[in-house]
Amino acid sequence: MSFSRLSWQVALALVLCAVAMTTMPMLAAEAAAPMSNGTSTLVIGLVALSAVASFAMFSGAASAAVLFIGAHGAAWLLIAGISGNEGMARMPYFLLLAAAWLLAWRCVAILSALKPQSPQAKTFLRLLIPAIFGAWILILWEAVTRGAGVPFILLPPPSAIAARIGNSLPILAADVRQTIFKAVLFGYIVGCASGFVVAILADRVPFLRRGLLPIGNMVSALPIIGVAPIMVIWFGFEWQSKAAVVIIMTFFPMLVNTVAGLAASGHMERDLMRTYASSYWQTLFKLRLPAAAPFIFNALKINSTLALIGAIVAEFFGTPIVGMGFRISTEIGRMNVDMVWAEIAVAALAGSVFYGVVAFIERATTFWHPSVRGGRA
Amino acid sequence: MDRLRDRVVPVITILAVIVAAWYAFAVYMNAPFQRDLDRRAGETPTTMEFIGKTLSQPKPTMPAPHQVAQNFFENTFLRKVTSARSLVYHSWVTLSSTLLGFTFGTALGILIAVGIVHVIALDRSLMPWIIASQTIPILAVAPMIIVVLAAIGITGLIPKALISTYLSFFPVAVGMVKGLRSPDLMHLDLMHTYNASASQTFWKLRVPASVPFLFASMKVAVAASLVGAIVGELPTGAVAGIGAKLLAGSYYSQTIDMWAALVAGSVVAAMLVVLVGLVGRLVERSMGGRPA
Repeated sequence: MSFSRLSWQVALALVLCAVAMTTMPMLAAEAAAPMSNGTSTLVIGLVALSAVASFAMFSGAASAAVLFIGAHGAAWLLIAGISGNEGMARMPYFLLLAAAWLLAWRCVAILSALKPQSPQAKTFLRLLIPAIFGAWILILWEAVTRGAGVPFILLPPPSAIAARIGNSLPILAADVRQTIFKAVLFGYIVGCASGFVVAILADRVPFLRRGLLPIGNMVSALPIIGVAPIMVIWFGFEWQSKAAVVIIMTFFPMLVNTVAGLAASGHMERDLMRTYASSYWQTLFKLRLPAAAPFIFNALKINSTLALIGAIVAEFFGTPIVGMGFRISTEIGRMNVDMVWAEIAVAALAGSVFYGVVAFIERATTFWHPSVRGGRA
Repeated sequence: MDRLRDRVVPVITILAVIVAAWYAFAVYMNAPFQRDLDRRAGETPTTMEFIGKTLSQPKPTMPAPHQVAQNFFENTFLRKVTSARSLVYHSWVTLSSTLLGFTFGTALGILIAVGIVHVIALDRSLMPWIIASQTIPILAVAPMIIVVLAAIGITGLIPKALISTYLSFFPVAVGMVKGLRSPDLMHLDLMHTYNASASQTFWKLRVPASVPFLFASMKVAVAASLVGAIVGELPTGAVAGIGAKLLAGSYYSQTIDMWAALVAGSVVAAMLVVLVGLVGRLVERSMGGRPA
């Protein structure tokens, strides 16, 4: 790939800059704190200069760096300029925003084509590229909601959500404690453990396996979440009813995956164990469970998300006045949308951390497996 | 006969055990309330009478299977389908938003997969976020999406369908990426020796190779979008649909109605999955595939 070639993203960005220049000013005339001519010139200059400079560079990394600085500098100036003038942005503002976004896209395209030698650089790139993508979702969200003056109820800008998270940490912490540390963790552990035990039982008794497996497969396609109101009637409003929903939701994926995993070890290995005269339990612990580990971890990962969903949805049906599901459903009723988004952000973070912990344990315990080593089976 | 012995008999046995356990559990769960009733009425029923009574309460803690079956049968077959009490009507409301969301989700998933396979920048930047997006308990956000869209005047089918879309695009996208990349190097090289263009390789090699993957992931996606539609109906005071039926049941302690709605949801889910499987098999056969 030639980095000095003029790409369509950069060309389009330059065209957008030119159009923006002819349609100035950036803000409506009645704006409270109008942007100075210097800022506007700086934005256009940054975009145009980095665009031109990007294909004058010799190496891909250098032109990516130039584009990175240009795109994010321009975006930062645009967002800083809009504060105090919410909803006053005119066409050139959005044109320049689009131009900056195109430059960032070009930057990612160049970075994706790079093939660095050192492993550190590879890891850095592997993290940087998605990070740029994520950052641009936030940038566009912030710039468009504030620039176009999108109603707060509809979609609050990320900065307002972050401010709300900062202001209401004690409430969020109490909700997390109620929902995650009581309902989700207990239900997750009990549900996964019982699914595992029943799978071993089904493995020991072939009749049970043949009967349970089709049922288990079918149940995993059913909308089990619907049992939530029934569990609330049975176990009351406290966290026990949420844990019960989580147990039911996590049981079947664990059962089906473990049974599939126990069938994963090859005939050769099992024959070898038989020639060693090993007992059922020895074969189970030394051969078949390790071979089933990837399947079991797969179920644990699926369940980490399911558990959160189950607990939060169950809280919609009745709960003490604390908990993430309770907070979401009441704050939406009071139209405190930023609080709802704050709760969602916390839930997303908790979900990712939960998933990450399971994935980390998987890598630590199944380091020998081909899929982890990056080799072939 | 082997099929009968190996498959049908164990499944039926397990199902029978489940039903028996359900009856026992129903008696156990309903007993305290029934004992209370009898004490107030000053009755001393025999054990058999007592068990019979626990299984025929109008609002039991745990309805017995025959009560659920009876309610399900009445509300499915004996009512006009336009009646607000008909389960067919509620299932249809849920099914319509499920299907709309499933269609959107499948289209979106395929589109994303094609993009990821062909544009390397998308592959590197989008794929991690697609996976991360599924660790977010989006289902919990469902009520908000619906309330927010209602605030700007979008109500009815579309908001529920959006939730189904979000839930169903992921399996399709991941499955299709795998499917579009499934042709091995030999086949790609063969296309190269034919001087095939990128679009020819795509339509004549990658797409046919991805069909089994597509239908396998569509089975998962259709189940997920049904869950999305049901949860989308839950907290918003929707008046029709399986989720609304569940919510109304929980407000008025109509436990039998709730269980019947749950059964209806399960029937719809099973039908959808079987239907997708059937279509998949038909398509594969018409493309000249042999059953493995």
